Amino acid sequence: MKKQLLAILLLISPALVLANEGGANLDKAQIDPANQESLQRGARTFVNYCMGCHSAKYERYNRLARDLGISETDVIDNLIFTGAKIGDTMKIGMQSKDAKKYFGAAPPDLTLIARRRGADWLYTYLRTFYLDDSRPFGVNNKVFDKVGMPDVLWELQGWQKPVYETVTDVNGNKHQKLVEVKLVRQGTQSPAEFDRTVRDLVNFLTYMAEPVKLQRQALGVKVLLFLFVLFIITYLLKKEYWKDVH
Amino acid sequence: MGMLVNLRDWIDARFPLTKMWDEHLAKYYAPKNFNFWYFFGSLALMVLVIQIISGIFLTMNYKPDATQAFGSVEYIMRDVDWGWLIRYIHSTGASAFFIVVYLHMFRGLLYGSYRGPRELIWLFGMMIFLALMAEAFFGYLLPWGQMSYWGAQVITSLFGAIPVIGDDLALWIRGDYVISDVTLNRFFALHVIAVPLALIALVIVHILALHEVGSNNPDGVEIKKTKDENGIPLDGIPFHPYYTVKDIVGVVVFLMFFSTVIFFVPEGGGYFLEQPNFEPANPLKTPEHIAPVWYFTPYYAMLRAVTFDIGPLTAKFLGVIVMGGSVVIFFFLPWLDKSPVKSIRYRGPIYKTMLTLFVIAFLTLGWLGTKPPTELRTLMAQIGTVVYFAFFLAMPFYSRMDKTKPVPDRVTG
Amino acid sequence: MSGDGVDTSKRRFLTAAATVVGGVGAVYTAVPFLASWMPSERAKAAGAPVEADISKLEVGQMIRVQWRGKPVWILKRSEEMLKALPTLDDRLRDPNSEEPQQPPYAQNPVRSIKPEILVLVGICTHLGCAPDFVPQPEPQPYDPNWKGGYFCPCHGSRYDLAGRVFKGVPAPLNLVVPPHKYTSNTQILVGVDTGAA
Repeated sequence: MKKQLLAILLLISPALVLANEGGANLDKAQIDPANQESLQRGARTFVNYCMGCHSAKYERYNRLARDLGISETDVIDNLIFTGAKIGDTMKIGMQSKDAKKYFGAAPPDLTLIARRRGADWLYTYLRTFYLDDSRPFGVNNKVFDKVGMPDVLWELQGWQKPVYETVTDVNGNKHQKLVEVKLVRQGTQSPAEFDRTVRDLVNFLTYMAEPVKLQRQALGVKVLLFLFVLFIITYLLKKEYWKDVH
Repeated sequence: MGMLVNLRDWIDARFPLTKMWDEHLAKYYAPKNFNFWYFFGSLALMVLVIQIISGIFLTMNYKPDATQAFGSVEYIMRDVDWGWLIRYIHSTGASAFFIVVYLHMFRGLLYGSYRGPRELIWLFGMMIFLALMAEAFFGYLLPWGQMSYWGAQVITSLFGAIPVIGDDLALWIRGDYVISDVTLNRFFALHVIAVPLALIALVIVHILALHEVGSNNPDGVEIKKTKDENGIPLDGIPFHPYYTVKDIVGVVVFLMFFSTVIFFVPEGGGYFLEQPNFEPANPLKTPEHIAPVWYFTPYYAMLRAVTFDIGPLTAKFLGVIVMGGSVVIFFFLPWLDKSPVKSIRYRGPIYKTMLTLFVIAFLTLGWLGTKPPTELRTLMAQIGTVVYFAFFLAMPFYSRMDKTKPVPDRVTG
Repeated sequence: MSGDGVDTSKRRFLTAAATVVGGVGAVYTAVPFLASWMPSERAKAAGAPVEADISKLEVGQMIRVQWRGKPVWILKRSEEMLKALPTLDDRLRDPNSEEPQQPPYAQNPVRSIKPEILVLVGICTHLGCAPDFVPQPEPQPYDPNWKGGYFCPCHGSRYDLAGRVFKGVPAPLNLVVPPHKYTSNTQILVGVDTGAA
């Protein structure tokens, strides 16, 4: 039996090694999907700052109300600016053709962005815009070079400048390497407040990418407990029958 | 009770119900020394059933239309009651199917289950494996995400490497100049009807062939050689109830692993559901790095390992040949193995070493297939490919000269 | 292998236990699959209550709105139409609306909240066709004493201008009055009761 376990371990070990890769240089988002207040703040930030250009066309307002513990009237009064009905999905008025004209590329739908990019990436991305005159909107980003999006949260965060370091590559050429971004003018929020704003927003984006997550995990515990009981019974049954086999 | 007996007799006079029950379960004598590795056959059957049921329910809301496919999957995940569970069952089931089938095949390598008189079982099994790969490939296009799209684009382009007819063949498969709505529609038809029918038919002949010759076992001993006065193998026990109750335990344990993935890590660390596939297919933008789903990566790594032309044959064409050959070569296994014994228990050190190297090569190639190529990785993939093929091509020689231990007459438990 | 010393009762008990617990699991597994056939969130959103503006509705005129994909009629009845209703009572199956084909607030002789405004689901209670609106009180091939009403062309069922079914036609029940309420004097919300939301 030991040998077999070892063999199984050997078979799955590449997956374990692989699972640990990636995610270098990203700040940890440390979101709490069970924190409804954080999700509600994130939802407000999302409709105020993101939904001007980005839709969330698979998420329904009434689902958002239910999952975030907000009444439907509150959602209608505080979160719907598009004239949508409570059962509608979070679409926006901007046509993707127009959007392409303004930004060069249509702003993507954000319903699933957290599953596409991961929470840590989003958390880092949204906090590392820096001034760069060579870009059309005057900003660039630490984890998304030549980003096409303006820094929509600049009022809250303020402006940041890049800090470079000179590195020498294997061929002896010197390069400027971006090591960090530094706040040069604070916005309306302190750095700690701004981190919290972004954390809440990322928490909301993560919720939206898979609204069923908490329910899924809660059900999973019950299913596993049930299977454990079934395992004991079927194992005893097997043992009982196999008494015949010598 | 009497009524039921009458009913059974009534049916038996018209349909071989009791006969089939006896032949395949109650009086099918299986060796009593099956170990851990013998769970994976029944588990594969179980996963097939899971996939068929969850798949049927997915088709009720999925739309095989390039403009609607991605949205309809999200519709299933969000708007359909319990749709998320059905979808996760199906997406996890796809990976589970390959895990179970790979372990099932490895069992064959361990105990020589492909050896005479079981060559046909092995051939049917390999056809099941091919059908399964086709099924997985067609199915992977359906969510119409970035990986779906570009994976299909890359794989269909492989056919373009075939000399003379290649480009026309690739065009014919896609039905368009790139992967498009037409391709999606036909892949859907193949995924939900054609290939499943073939799979079910192949599974039936696989099991019929098995029950004709009887199961192998970890000792590689033919239990039919030693029978009692009633003609029942001395080392055999009726499949039902002994292996039904045992396999049920296996099924429950499998379901525990399966549920853990579905309910706690449905993305499987990005290997069961790949991150780029949460972005709709965009024919104008290739993702930074395309990797097939994990169960195809060993073959994909071998495809990429061929980086040199040989005479008039291009590297692209040779890569396709190597990749195709790496699967097809399994078919010849029964005739490549010249060892006087079947089971690894009685084989010598050479086979054990070769099998270990083969497994290491297979896993390494699988890992390399998920990574972007570098110089070092390409070299590793080339070495892996050589080891992989050496396992098969050198088998007629090393299996003959390898030392063996004497095989007992009866199973050892 | 031998049959000696087999504890049959233990075996039976364990088999029964495994069957029952496994069966419960199978039933619970079936639930999500069966439940997936219920109207989805999208269907529910599309079936949300519908607002109808009756400010421009003239006497004798009928407008149609769609609620949950079904036609809903809103008819503004004239004095004469309302007066004709009681005269038909003995020719009707259910003149007093005793069958639960309407919310309690429409269980009255005119089957409506405001007497002149009639709200009906326009689906024949026989086999689901959409009856025609035949408002003029003039002799018809199917009824020489026609006082105005609805006639179903599929199988000849007839209803009066309160949606009440006549005797001697295939339809068994009065037309359905959907849940509805007035959000203002000129706005009707179809699909929701006064009690809810």
